[in-house]
Order: sequence, then C-alpha cells, then structure tokens
Amino acid sequence: MSGPNLLRLSEHIVEIVSDAGEGAQKAAISFAQVCAKAGNGLWTVEIIPSEIQPPPHTTGSASGNRIRLAQRSAVSNAGDLANVVFAFNEMALLSRLEAGSIADDALILIDNQWATHNMEAYQNSYRKVLEMVRSRGGTVMEIPLEAETLRYVEDPRRGKNMFAVGLLCALYNKNLETLKEVIQAVFKKKTRDVVDSAIKLASAGYQYGLTNFETRFDVPALPTDTQKVAMNGNTALAIGAVAAGFDLCSMYPITPATSASHVLSEIFEDFGGFVHQAEDEIAAIGVALGASFAGKTALTITSGPGMALKTEFQGLAVMTEIPLVIVDVQRGGPSTGLPTKIEQGDLLHALFGAPGDAPKVIMAASTIEECYYILSTARKIAEEFRMLVIVLSDANLATGQQLFDRPGVSKTPHQQPLDLSPVGEDALYYNWDSVTGLSQRIIPGQPGGMGVITSLNHDRDGKACYDSERNQRAHKMRSRKLAALQKSLHAPELHGAEEGDLLLVGWGSTRGAIEEAVDKARDEGLAVSSVCIQFLSPLPPGLKEIFSRFRKVITVELNYSDDLDDPLITPENRRYGQLAMILRASTLHDIDCYAEVPGRPFMPVEIYGEIQRQLNTGSTAKQPTTATANPIGN
Amino acid sequence: MSNIIEDCLEETCAISAHPISDYESELPRWCKGCGDFGVLTSLQRVLGKNNVDPENVVAVSGIGCSSRLPHYLNTYGFHGIHGRALPIATGVRIARPELKVIVTMGDGDCFSIGGNHWLHAIRYNINAVVLVLDNEVYALTKMQVSPTTPGGWQTNTTPRGNELRPMNPVSAVVGMTNVSFVAQTATWLPAHLDETMEKAWEHKGLSFVRILQRCPVFMPTAFGDGGANFPIVFLENENGIPINPVLLKRGPSQPHDHGNINEAQRVAATVDPAPMGLIYHNPDIPTYEEARFGRRSRPDHETFVRRLDEVMDRYAV
Ligand SMILES: Cc1ncc(C[n+]2csc(CCOP(=O)(O)OP(=O)(O)O)c2C)c(N)n1
Ligand code: SF4
Repeated sequence: MSGPNLLRLSEHIVEIVSDAGEGAQKAAISFAQVCAKAGNGLWTVEIIPSEIQPPPHTTGSASGNRIRLAQRSAVSNAGDLANVVFAFNEMALLSRLEAGSIADDALILIDNQWATHNMEAYQNSYRKVLEMVRSRGGTVMEIPLEAETLRYVEDPRRGKNMFAVGLLCALYNKNLETLKEVIQAVFKKKTRDVVDSAIKLASAGYQYGLTNFETRFDVPALPTDTQKVAMNGNTALAIGAVAAGFDLCSMYPITPATSASHVLSEIFEDFGGFVHQAEDEIAAIGVALGASFAGKTALTITSGPGMALKTEFQGLAVMTEIPLVIVDVQRGGPSTGLPTKIEQGDLLHALFGAPGDAPKVIMAASTIEECYYILSTARKIAEEFRMLVIVLSDANLATGQQLFDRPGVSKTPHQQPLDLSPVGEDALYYNWDSVTGLSQRIIPGQPGGMGVITSLNHDRDGKACYDSERNQRAHKMRSRKLAALQKSLHAPELHGAEEGDLLLVGWGSTRGAIEEAVDKARDEGLAVSSVCIQFLSPLPPGLKEIFSRFRKVITVELNYSDDLDDPLITPENRRYGQLAMILRASTLHDIDCYAEVPGRPFMPVEIYGEIQRQLNTGSTAKQPTTATANPIGN
Repeated sequence: MSNIIEDCLEETCAISAHPISDYESELPRWCKGCGDFGVLTSLQRVLGKNNVDPENVVAVSGIGCSSRLPHYLNTYGFHGIHGRALPIATGVRIARPELKVIVTMGDGDCFSIGGNHWLHAIRYNINAVVLVLDNEVYALTKMQVSPTTPGGWQTNTTPRGNELRPMNPVSAVVGMTNVSFVAQTATWLPAHLDETMEKAWEHKGLSFVRILQRCPVFMPTAFGDGGANFPIVFLENENGIPINPVLLKRGPSQPHDHGNINEAQRVAATVDPAPMGLIYHNPDIPTYEEARFGRRSRPDHETFVRRLDEVMDRYAV
C-alpha cells in the first residue's frame, strides 16, 4: 500500500479528544493497541476531565488520549508537541491548544458538523478556533464525522469514536484486520450487535481515510524478537503485587491510585489474595498493618490526601517494626489539588510526614516497566529489614501506557508457608543486631512467643520503657537499618558521560523525558549527563563524588520551587524542589533545581531548554518550542 | 511413685485445660479499685474455661488506660494507637482467620476518635470479641469529657458542667446494619460480666460488649457511686445471659426477646434503668470472612505461575 503519498516517520504524536462520554478514550486505546500489535513502541497519556459528566462542548469536558508511537520499541515518555489531533469538537481542540500540547504545524482533524450546527454559538467558536489553528500554521481537515456515523447508527454519540479510529488507522497505514481484532477484544463484554456495528463504522472510517488523505503517514516498527506487553503503571503495580507474593491490598478509593485496586479486585483472589476496601485511609493502612503483624504480606495504595491520613499508622509501623508497603500514586496538591494530574509533590511528606523520627525506605518507580518489578524489591526490603517501605509512583505512570518486555513468570518465587514453630523462652521481640539493627520477627501462633508489641517506646524484649538510655537505643536501632540497607545499594548509573558541565538529577517518571533531552543535548555536543535516583531514603552511595565531577548540578522535578526572578525571592528565602532540598542537605552541594508544576509531564523539549539556559548556550525563553518529528525516508 | 502421679497430672492438665496462670503476664498497673482489673480476670477465665491456646489469641487495643489490657494478658497482643484497634483487628482476621481476636477499647477510643471504625466494624461483622470499657471519661489523659460523660458532669474540659447529653452507644450499634451481637454489663457485677464474656466468646461474628467500668480516680461517683445506686434491669431469656439470683439484689429482671431487632432497639434506647444482658443476638449474620472469602483460594505454585502467565496474556501485544 506504500505509494508516493506515504510519508515515513521515525515517530509521531497523536491526540484524540472528545466530550467526556463520546468515547475518545476507547478510540485511543484501540488505536494504541493496533500500533502495539504492529510492533510500535508507545507511550500514552490519558486526558481526563476532573468531573464525571462535565458540561458538554466546553474545554473542561475534553477527554481522550495522547499517543506517542515510534519505530523503536523503547519509548520512555510522552514526548513533545502533538503532530496530529483528532477533535470531536472545537472546544476539546481548544483545551489542548491552551494546554500548550499541540505543535503549530500540526494536522488537525475535526468533526465538521459544527460549521453548520443550528446553535450559532457553536458555529462561531468553531470558526474562531479553526482560524486560530490556521494562523499558527496548522493544517485543518474537516471530517463529516457525525454525518458519516449517522449512516450506520442512530445515536452518533455511540459510534463516532469507531469511525475515528478507523480513519486514524488509515492515516497511519495500519492494518484494518488488526483493528477489527482489537475492536473485538475491546468490546468482548458487549453484544454481537455492538461489536458488528463498531467494526462496520471502523471499516467505513478506514475507507474514508484511504479515499480522502492525500498524504498518509507510516511509522514502521523496527523488528524485535522479544515479546512485549502494553499496560499502564497501575496495572503493572497490581500484577507486580501479585507476582511479588502479596496477600492483601487494603485501600480506600482515590484518584489516581484506584485503578490498581480495580485490577487487583479482578484477579487477586485467583492467587489467594484479597482486596479490602476500608472505611477510610486510616483504616486501610491499619488493616494492612494488622495483616502484616499476623504474618501475611500486605500493602496499601493511595494518593496524597490519603497519605496524609496514614501518617500516624506509619509511625506505628516504624515503631513496631512491622513490615509494610505503601504505594503513593502522586497527584497535584496540596489538598484536593489537581486530582487527575501529575505532580511529584509528596517526596518530603513521604520522608517526614510521620511525626517523631520515623526512618523508612522510600523508592520511586521511573518507568511503567519498573512499576511491575518495584513491589518485589519493596516487599523483600520490608520483610528483611522489618521496615516501612513507601513506593512513589505518579499520575503519569499510573494512567500512561508503555510497551515493555513481557516479564517472565517462571522465576516467581515459591510462597513459603508461615513458620509457626515454637519460640524459646529467651526469644526477644526485637533481638537487634547491635551493628545493623536487624532482628527476627515473631508472629502470632508461634507457641511460646506470646507478648505484646506496643506503640510505646520499648527495648529488645518489646516491653514498654521510658528511660533515656533505652529510648536512645531504640531510636538508634531503627535508624541503623537504613544505614545497613544503604551499604547494600550501588551508586546510581549515569546517563551520558561520567563528567561534564551539567548533571540533571531526577527521580520517578521524569526519567524518560530527562534522558531524551540529555541525548539531544549530547548530540549537539553539550557535556550534559543525567542520573535517576530510585532510592530516596536511604540515598544511594556515591552521590557526592558523582556531583563533584560536574560543573553544575540541578534537579529536574515536577514539584514547586520559587523562581529567583520572582518578587521577594532571594537565594536566602528561595524554596527549592523537594529532591534538591534533600540533596543539598545531604551533600552540602550547591544544587539548583528546575522544579515546576505544569500538571502534565515535562516535555523533553522543555528540559532541553533548561539545559541551554543552565549552560547559557541558547535562548532563555521558558516556553516550549515547536518540535516536529523528523520525517525520514522519501 | 508420687513423681509419676505428678507427671501424669501435669500431662493431663496440659491437654485438658490451661490454668488461669497461663494467661497471666506482667502485673497490671491500673489504679487501685479500677474496673479494668475485673475485665482482665474475666477474660482470663473465659480463655481458661474454653481451653484456648494462648498463642492462638491476639488481643488488640488502642490507647487509654483500658487499652493497656493486652500487656497483662499472656497471649499475642498489639497495643496500637488511639482509636484504631478495630482496623488492626480486621487485618488480623483477614490474614489469619484461625486466630481468635479480642479487642479492648475505651469509650473515647471507640466512640469518639475511632467512631468511623466502630460503625464499620459492626457492618463488616468480623469474628471477634469487642469490649468497650466505658468509664464515661477520658482517664489516661486525666479527666476530659467523653461522648458518654453524663450531662452536667464536670471534667477538665467542661469545668462548668457537660453541656451535651451522653451518647447511647448501645442504641447506635443496634441500629447498624449487620449487627449480630450486642450486650451490656458492668465491672461491679463480676458474675454477670463472666457470663457475658462467655456468651460473647461463643458467638460467631462481632460480639460487641459495652462494659460500664468504674474509674475511682476520675469518676468516683459515676454509675450511682460505682454501681451502688445505679438503676439497672437484667434482661431475661433462657438463651440469654444467665442471671445469678444474687444479682437480683442489684435490680429487677424483665423478659426480653433478644432475637427481635425491634425489641432490641426499644430496649437499647432505654437508659434508665440501664438494660444489662444480651440485647441483640443474630447468629445467622454472615461474618466478613464468610461473606468475602468465597472465591479466595491459594493455588499451588504451578497453578499460580500459570495464572500469572494468563493475566500477562491479556496485555500481550
Ligand atoms: C491521636 C491521638 N490523640 C490523642 C491522644 C491522647 N489520648 C490518649 S488516651 C486518650 C483518651 C482516653 O480515654 P478513653 O479512650 O476513654 O480510655 P480510658 O483511658 O478512659 O480507658 C487520649 C485523648 C492520643 N494518644 N492519640
Ligand atoms: S485512671 Fe481510672 S481508668 Fe485509669 S487506671 Fe486509674 S482507675 Fe482505671
């Protein structure tokens, strides 16, 4: 089918947006599946309104997905500006323009029904938004989406999306048969009629595309012989929890963490697991802690506001040295903040949220693939060190989809039965190793091990005590475990050269965008490297030494920092990004930060701009510049 | 010869019944005359009577004078944080349904800071004995008003007298969906306390027992000078809590159908005289474990791995 009008691309970014409820999400998922099946690397981002039924035909109602597809299978982030947008109405399109997500020269596909709609206001705003797009240099293609859909179904709200996905598959030279298979899978719980009509519409859209696009795109996948899976970070966490051998997930619904428990609710019982939806987040962690006290492996999963409620129980977990894993899928804060959007604002809360000195382990997942594996590590650490482990994810990982190597299940560790063997009379609840602080757990059911664990200060025998000597010792022992863990960590690997002018330090989901920006800068000869820190408590060894090899070190974070150009802000009162604050304190290095709260992932191009600013090599403008994928071939 | 007999005796004791001392741990450190002592003894008796292996019992508590109880019981114990005993207990039950769970809380612990967990624990109906030691005051923090402090009563936070009427926790519980066992007793009625404890132990589901508890330090005159002048009525039913004839000196008895929810709600709403005995009992309410464990099964390793692979298939591209 490749002809002179087929433009080969190494990658492209497509957005599909509609009013909430019109199915752009489904269309996007289907399109992404088709691309994945074709072997394309992917990263998708959900565009979600904060309300379930926002007023239609407004910018607040825009719902859909961004899909970055590439020839290479490893796509590590959502990319820069969108090259193609399929909008079901002009307000959905406008919301994306306002969000600064769309390239000036993008190709815009839009339902033309609004041009002649009986509401004059719609006609006007349609005209205005399209004028705006054209004046920026964009190309508009008006599609009779409603009219065409009406030829096949009575209610076009239930079907436009399938016409759209058919059309996109034609635009990207994808296989119609693959699309049909995907639709069957996506609608597998629906009736035959629904599936048939979806396929009819998709085929019609495909045909329409073949006939009407003068130029079509081709992003051929590079061949790979490894099997891949595509899922979002919450699904990866959920399946990862099963694979890690967890027994219980105790939770209270909160965006953007909830969907992980949806997946677990579906599958967990088949593996002997259990999801408990508690009455609030306090109870959720309490139930998890109770289960863990009783010898099972439990986790609780939440987001910022829920983290706040869990702090007293965190202290209890630390004090009693009961292993526990908390997953915090971060969203925008403070308070209810931006519930559906990304921010990395909970790092300091995770570290210091619980009152008193409560040493704990904090890890952050930086890719969706890592979301799958991280709970196995977290569980091991929690149990071996009898510690609270907080795993940080975020809305970007949670709802985005990524293609990664299919995890092997054959090495899944055997579940060991509980060891309920009798305990000697001299057994101690906290038989701390005086060097490492480590001790062996005793669990209910072990004859001879009876005794109370308490939230009060206690000594090795577990009994409450109040004197200064034993208080000091207990603190030391709990803290020592972090040092013991730190000794087993490796210095983090650098992305780029071992030394240079600038080092970008990131954590969590910004990794992909940071590395892409670094690659671009290095291609242009800049001496830039980056490092992603997975363990935030304890910090890995070697950071100070690594930092000393670079002229400048900055963190790149999706959280708030004051800008030195802002009124009243001076180097003395400036508030830094959260990782920067920790690193400054622990290394005494004068670390700067690029920490912003856009409510969406960083685009690589923005980070690239910051690299230029830091090295004074380019423009100092903070706005993202237009980035278009380089067509190759032809 | 005598040695042999002793050995035999020791052995038979070991298999037949645990002596009370098996459930005794360190010496309780409550104030002299505190009602909490009686609850501890009563619990130890019921464990002994039922010959429960101490290692298979978990006593969970919050924070307060009353929540010190697990320290003095030689079972497994979890002395947690204020108001949160019930979630911990729920976790233990979900994890290890073979363990017996006892929860002890104060009135502030359960009805105030733990109020949300309290009502929902009733709704879950986990299998546990849940005891509230209600002294009508915050004792550990030195005499602040509690939700059950009588109106007009002076405490350190109500120096001009409590402006609010006391809540009726028994009535609240009987109004909750899935309530399966509600009883009320008092620390100054040890025989009744023992019988109540026994009944609560037998029940499959959440046995909620409100124990009116004397605190001679901060509430010496509460409950009509510690029970002496406190109007009560014993609830009479052949399947209810047996009423030792000596108890009748403390108050009269009246027939009560604890299987009838409307009757129970009417009786629970009465505070003067305070009903003593089994207020509501429905052994047929499924426990949380019964309601929710149906599909849960731990597959063998091969099946586990195969199922995990099947889950992965759903996301394969
Ligand atoms: C979160 C929290 N808030 C407050 C306290 C202080 N506190 C400890 S016990 C208690 C109330 C005790 O009263 P109650 O629960 O009735 O038990 P009692 O001491 O009377 O047995 C309070 C407020 C605490 N430990 N934790
Ligand atoms: S203060 Fe009251 S409740 Fe607390 S131990 Fe003393 S008598 Fe008992």
